[in-house]
Amino acid sequence: MTDGGKSHTVVEAQGLGLTFNTADGDVEALSNVSLDIRRGDFVSFIGPSGCGKTTFLRVIADLEQPTAGRITVNGLSPAEARMQRSYGYVFQAPALFPWRTIEKNVALPLEIMGYSDAERRDRIARTLDLVNLKGFEKKFPWQLSGGMQQRASIARALAFDADLLLMDEPFGALDEIVRDYLNAELLKLWARTKKTIAFVTHSIPEAVYLSTKIVVMSPRPGRVTDIIESTLPAERPLDIRETPEFLAIAHRVREGLRAGHSYEHTE
Amino acid sequence: MSLVQRTLAALAALVAGLVLVVPFGATEGGTLPITEFPLVAGFALLAVLSLVRFRWALRIEADLILAALGAAGLLATLPTLEQAGPGFWLTLVASWLFAWVFAERLAGAITRKGISSRVGVLIPIVFGITILVAWEAVTRGGQVPKVLLPSPSGIFSSFIENIPKLIADFQQTFLKSVLIGYALGCGFGFIVAVAIDRSPFLKRGLLPLGNFVSALPLIGIAPIMVMWFGFDWPSKAAVVVIMTFFPMLVNTVAGLNVAGRMERDLMQTYAAGYWPSLIKLRLPAAAPFIFNALKINSTLALIGAIVAEFFGTPIVGMGFRISSEIGKLNVEMVWAEIAVAALAGSAFYWVVAIVERAVTFWHPSVRGGRA
Repeated sequence: MTDGGKSHTVVEAQGLGLTFNTADGDVEALSNVSLDIRRGDFVSFIGPSGCGKTTFLRVIADLEQPTAGRITVNGLSPAEARMQRSYGYVFQAPALFPWRTIEKNVALPLEIMGYSDAERRDRIARTLDLVNLKGFEKKFPWQLSGGMQQRASIARALAFDADLLLMDEPFGALDEIVRDYLNAELLKLWARTKKTIAFVTHSIPEAVYLSTKIVVMSPRPGRVTDIIESTLPAERPLDIRETPEFLAIAHRVREGLRAGHSYEHTE
Repeated sequence: MSLVQRTLAALAALVAGLVLVVPFGATEGGTLPITEFPLVAGFALLAVLSLVRFRWALRIEADLILAALGAAGLLATLPTLEQAGPGFWLTLVASWLFAWVFAERLAGAITRKGISSRVGVLIPIVFGITILVAWEAVTRGGQVPKVLLPSPSGIFSSFIENIPKLIADFQQTFLKSVLIGYALGCGFGFIVAVAIDRSPFLKRGLLPLGNFVSALPLIGIAPIMVMWFGFDWPSKAAVVVIMTFFPMLVNTVAGLNVAGRMERDLMQTYAAGYWPSLIKLRLPAAAPFIFNALKINSTLALIGAIVAEFFGTPIVGMGFRISSEIGKLNVEMVWAEIAVAALAGSAFYWVVAIVERAVTFWHPSVRGGRA
């Protein structure tokens, strides 16, 4: 990745903090997070539960409000970026509507955003093709496997051509084999669409395999402990995970996680 | 045949055999022997002959024919019989036992996939007919006073004689009071629920008010509605509105909150406004709750309209008819009216349930899948 100018920065966070007021007192979910995501990056956020990786993604999506620092998305505030529909969000679960067929689920954002009928049909066909779900248009979500459902939810996030894709542990609930397959598919999709992807995970191999940049985070308070630029080539077959280069990056991620995670504080 | 079936079949043949030897009934002239009633006698003989089943298999239909023959013979004796004797009651029991054997054998054959499960619809039909035959035999053979329990045939002939009246009552009570009140009550309940959901202010004010209204006793409201809206159907419709409003309100308010956090966040990421979220997510998710209310209300509405007619009404309507005919001790007409109410109420519920299945086909409870 070449270092782009300001216009190539999609997400820019400076000293970002977020404190939740809960019944048990204040919880510092994010503390002093500074980070850039450049156009075309595949950035993974990895860390144990409570490290704020999902919270950070939700701040980008304007689903949470930061209490300190500043953040811009495409040069705008997250709220403005959301109103411009500048990102697609993939949740931990497919969150497909069971009363809609797969194609109608993909059509959901298009209906809300007022695309024409012809445009909708065109985009549904294109995105379902992109996630290899051709032929399943008329099926209902509960007639498909978990992996297919999550692919449909990715198609839904891609349908309206947002340049930024936010993915919150999208494959966390799937088994290892399906997950490997979907990871490889996701890389292909990323190469074809040239999207910017922010990807939350707690799997080290997944983060290293997918990313151009790995953000290692640690809890209490949620903060960034290491940012690793991947040296792996853009072309990544699944067996790249046995190369020394891959293992070296995975080792560095593990070290980062260990350094940030003080078990003494857990009760 | 299973042990249960063999025992039942042997018992049925034994009881039928007894019919041949005990007195069947009596008139003022003395006891009536079985020979006076060839149909019953034929049934009893064939029933005893059915014992050959323990040697050679007997088809399932044979038990149905025997049960029907016994029932027909029994009913045929009723006009001449003045006093039922042991033979009469034993015939009833034998016929009923054969019906039981038939149902057992048919259910067994369906379980073993020997017979298409569609034939299974015969079992509830046979059950219903058995109940009616027993009811007819007990009320007429046992000379039960009509005021206590009229016979099905008496109810039926009263029904036929009074069809014009029953149709008028049905139109007045069901087509006017019930349907209009139901539509208005459910409609208002739904609209207020959406408004309450939108505004916490209304939630604090209107929900307790709805609760309060629903707690008012029906017999207290009905006379007041008559004062307000007159004697004709609008006052009954008003009672129905009050009865159906609250179940719809509470169910819809609950239903609007079942859409998951993730689905709501999803709508937010699309920058979807209030109305798209409501129509595309929250209302479809609430549909199972809304249909619950529609089903509960379908029976509540009929009860409300009928009871409301006890408090002042023009001289037509199901509730009016029940209260005036019971005053004349014309109980058969009351039962005919009850039959109309039961049929109308069940059909109404059934229609709502059919629509529910079509609309909420996706819900795990309907498609029989996991969530």
